[in-house]
Amino acid sequence: MSHVPAIGAAVDLGKTGEPYWQPLFAGFEFSKQWIADEKPDVIFLVYNDHATAFGLDNIPTFAIGCAEEFEIADEGWGARPVPVVKGAPDLAWHVRQSVIQDDFDLTTVNEMKVDHGLTVPLTLMYGQPEAWPCLVIPFAVNVIVYPPPSGRRCYLLGKAIRRAIESFDDDLSVQVWGTGGMSHQLQGPRAGLINQEFDRKFLDELVDNPDELANVPHIDYMRDAGSEGIELVMWLIMRGALDNKVKEVHRHYHVPASNTAVGHIILENLRQ
Amino acid sequence: MRDSRMLTRWTKSTDSLQLQEISVALDKPYKDIPGTTVFDSDMARLGYHLNQFCMTLMKAENRDRFLADERAYLDEWPMTGEQMQAVLDRDYNALLKLGANVYYFGKLFFTDKISFQKGASLMAGMSEEEYLAMMVSGGRSPEGNRYIGEKDDG
Repeated sequence: MSHVPAIGAAVDLGKTGEPYWQPLFAGFEFSKQWIADEKPDVIFLVYNDHATAFGLDNIPTFAIGCAEEFEIADEGWGARPVPVVKGAPDLAWHVRQSVIQDDFDLTTVNEMKVDHGLTVPLTLMYGQPEAWPCLVIPFAVNVIVYPPPSGRRCYLLGKAIRRAIESFDDDLSVQVWGTGGMSHQLQGPRAGLINQEFDRKFLDELVDNPDELANVPHIDYMRDAGSEGIELVMWLIMRGALDNKVKEVHRHYHVPASNTAVGHIILENLRQ
Repeated sequence: MRDSRMLTRWTKSTDSLQLQEISVALDKPYKDIPGTTVFDSDMARLGYHLNQFCMTLMKAENRDRFLADERAYLDEWPMTGEQMQAVLDRDYNALLKLGANVYYFGKLFFTDKISFQKGASLMAGMSEEEYLAMMVSGGRSPEGNRYIGEKDDG
């Protein structure tokens, strides 16, 4: 799902009922009920930092947050009024070890503040609770300093994360979220680019044909879905963590939220 | 060797197959996207100090100190005169060309108390109202906007 900062501001300032925002939030009503029923213990939250925790001094391609908790960052207009994010260090350290042994060289992070990339998806799914009802493993992907990891790399990483989570001893309910996107461009004379055809096709292929979707090169995202549309590679980590065949539980697509097309899809493995 | 990398390839010489190192240019197929600067290694290196300056604006006391005397604050950073002038002028399209990335100079938007949408409209050369109207009606179409020179009026 998308993570537009203005969505967070709309919730924080009580504007979700306004005509501009109402259709966007309406698409998450189903999802809020769904997650209330599912009650995941841990969210493995794949997102990107926006030059908040990571400047140009350190640019990890994949960074896993292993700390007990993650403070909410002040990105320049004051920290969002949302609860602190509680980590799941036992599982995070386990995933780290397993995934690195599986050939994905993660950066391990224990001191990190989280920005809207992580908190806006939580807000969309949980609203405004006193405390988040789940633990969160922040998994940051560099999509800002080109090149990000390839779609194929992300997809295979998702599979390694799945193996790691399944080999953890405790019986936990874990969800993997892919966030960012959909089509958008925030920079230069082409700012405001939206490609609804691309986005809808991406969602279709994500459900039924992820292996081929993973082959799409960066240039296709940037040219067709905007320079920041490249964030969509993060969704392939989520998709890699699922079975080849999945059930589409819910889909929502809306244009615009500020500069961006918003997409949201819930997929489940087929239950036995 | 700039912009190139070595790859090992099988090559056929006389009658036997041999491994040979060959030089291949780094693939940069994104140079012909109109109105877009991809923040690649070249740009990140060019804009290193410019972007790291922007990072400091996440702190309120730094924003205040910057706004009180912008030139003095910028003088603390080893950036070029051109980069400094683009910051002073809030010329965001110039900043992009000089190695700044939008998530970094977005902190200038917050410093100036303008929205990201307003910042985007300025780069697009539109009024905020025009830009908002474009977004509400589905955004800028990719048609005619994929390749430089694709559009006659470009």
